[in-house]
Amino acid sequence: MIDLFALFLMLLSASTPILFAALGELVTERAGVLNLGVEGMMIVGALAGFAAAHHTGNPFLGFAAAALAGALIALPFAALTQFLLANQVASGLALTLFGLGLAALFGKPMEGVKAPAMSPGPLGLNWIVWLGLLMVPTIWWFLNRSRAGLILRGVGENHDAAHALGYDVRRVRIAAIAFGGAMAGVGGAFISIATVLQWTEGMTAGAGWIALAIVVFSNWTAPGVLAGAWLFGGVTVLQLRLQAAGVRVPVQLLSMAPYLATIIVLVAISARQKYSRRAGGTAPGSLGQDFHALR
Amino acid sequence: MNRRQLIASVAALTTISLAAPTWAQDEPLKVGFIYVGPVGDGGWTYQHDLARKAVEAEFGDRVETTFIESVPEGADAERAITQLALAGNKLIFTTSFGFMDATVNVAKKFPNVKFEHATGYKRADNVATYDARFYEGRAVIGTIAGRMTKSNKIGYIGSFPIPEVIQGINSSFIHARKVNPDVEMRVVWAYSWFDPAKEADAAAALLAEGVDVILQHTDSTAPLAKAQEAGAIGFGQASDMAAFAPSPRVSSIIDNWAPYYIKRVGQVLDGSWTSEATWAGIGDGEVVIGEITEAVPAEVKAEAEALRDKIGAGEYHPFTGPLNKADGSVWLAEGQVATDKELSGMNFFVEGITATIPK
Repeated sequence: MIDLFALFLMLLSASTPILFAALGELVTERAGVLNLGVEGMMIVGALAGFAAAHHTGNPFLGFAAAALAGALIALPFAALTQFLLANQVASGLALTLFGLGLAALFGKPMEGVKAPAMSPGPLGLNWIVWLGLLMVPTIWWFLNRSRAGLILRGVGENHDAAHALGYDVRRVRIAAIAFGGAMAGVGGAFISIATVLQWTEGMTAGAGWIALAIVVFSNWTAPGVLAGAWLFGGVTVLQLRLQAAGVRVPVQLLSMAPYLATIIVLVAISARQKYSRRAGGTAPGSLGQDFHALR
Repeated sequence: MNRRQLIASVAALTTISLAAPTWAQDEPLKVGFIYVGPVGDGGWTYQHDLARKAVEAEFGDRVETTFIESVPEGADAERAITQLALAGNKLIFTTSFGFMDATVNVAKKFPNVKFEHATGYKRADNVATYDARFYEGRAVIGTIAGRMTKSNKIGYIGSFPIPEVIQGINSSFIHARKVNPDVEMRVVWAYSWFDPAKEADAAAALLAEGVDVILQHTDSTAPLAKAQEAGAIGFGQASDMAAFAPSPRVSSIIDNWAPYYIKRVGQVLDGSWTSEATWAGIGDGEVVIGEITEAVPAEVKAEAEALRDKIGAGEYHPFTGPLNKADGSVWLAEGQVATDKELSGMNFFVEGITATIPK
């Protein structure tokens, strides 16, 4: 009745924005920084990317601009939390509010404008979808197999120890925050340039919060983020598709499923931590804590 | 506080509140608006904001308007409405169905503030309701949809399964069937008024089912963008969405709230405001059919415009029998017209729609 392959392709597209944002947040959190500003960075990326794509006529330049804008908008957050030691939760929420407001303000001239057409990549999917899929093994390799990734994880697990070993905790964290912003920006731009093809105020509509949930769901691993993004994106696409086909589905139950799955995963993680002291994968040891080097 | 003091203070308070209107004459009337989406949504909220600006243009210095946008339906709405009431707004428009209980609750605490709730049914001495007969517009675009579809499949993106939306689905289906007996309706519930990415996904799901005309009761232009990619057509919702004309947007239903807002603000200014339920349609100019573009054949355009004019003149009601409910039971007998009460509580599809309404 429903072409499963076509459904899978729709899933890949639908999960791309949250996949990018969640991968970025994963790297940020592995460096020990909790940035709740994902939604704000996404919407700024959505606007900057759309505006750049519209003015240059080249969607790929749009995505590049979105990455740059996402990274730039994350810098005030980095300055607040890394130099002024402001509370990360409050600063992150402020970044979300700031991003939403900023994008709404500067987005006014973009209203009613259409995005330039984009030539699809293999299987009729957008090239950015493939880039997102490629980022999963890349980030996994970076975190688990590269020296830089080891340092980043070290900073996230125990910033005092990393500092004692001579690593610049602040610099690593600022780089991680900027990377998280760039990824969120691309995720947001995917919504405006590739999905909706227009700029609309508030268009990310909570995708950033789902990305944050996915990072927890993933148990702080890149493959877990992919699974989470597919679960959230898949449930959305599946229930819409089933409805369109006229199948009677409990829409509310299906929409609830990913959140339920997140809770179950969290319970499973804490149970595993309790009964076996197996290391690896769980929340970074210094997540959300301020680092202040006594000189 | 003993009884005498209590009586004295109540009397004093009454005097103050009675004296207040005269004292407030020179102050501008503060009017507040609560929006469910951003003013830049290009649809529902955008139209309410146009009407707010029309109020400012009409009354100039005599009014002062404020709005709070993107207020979620639910507990937070009560906070936002209270905030407007505390800020001295004497007339507050709450512009979405889901603000109903919050509006009524806040209204109890502020008896001197007048409230106008859009599309709801709960009223009080200081809470009026107003709505537009969107289903009249739906009849017109349903006719166009029935004529224009080649696959005989029409898709409908619903927001929430509430009477206002169900009326629209029924009305467009009835009139599509009238001109095209083979037409089928596919319904997808988005469970959101405004979520462009999800609306786009919903449109994609419908298009994958072979739908070639998309109707929407959500507020963004995303479904139109998707329709355009697939060579399908759609209609502007709430606002004209003219950026997508002449195709995929072949026509639109425009909510024109300005006349009503100006009338009600004027009534507060001259003291003649009373709580009432207003339900205006095409005839009153509150529901406007946007220009039907050249993508629609001339005879279809003429047919749709004739229907629009008949509804506007009150000669025809979109819900006229014989009509059966989806379960096959008789709803309206030949020539019988649905009452407003029936419509405002509508919770069933008419015969021929195979989709179900989530409970």
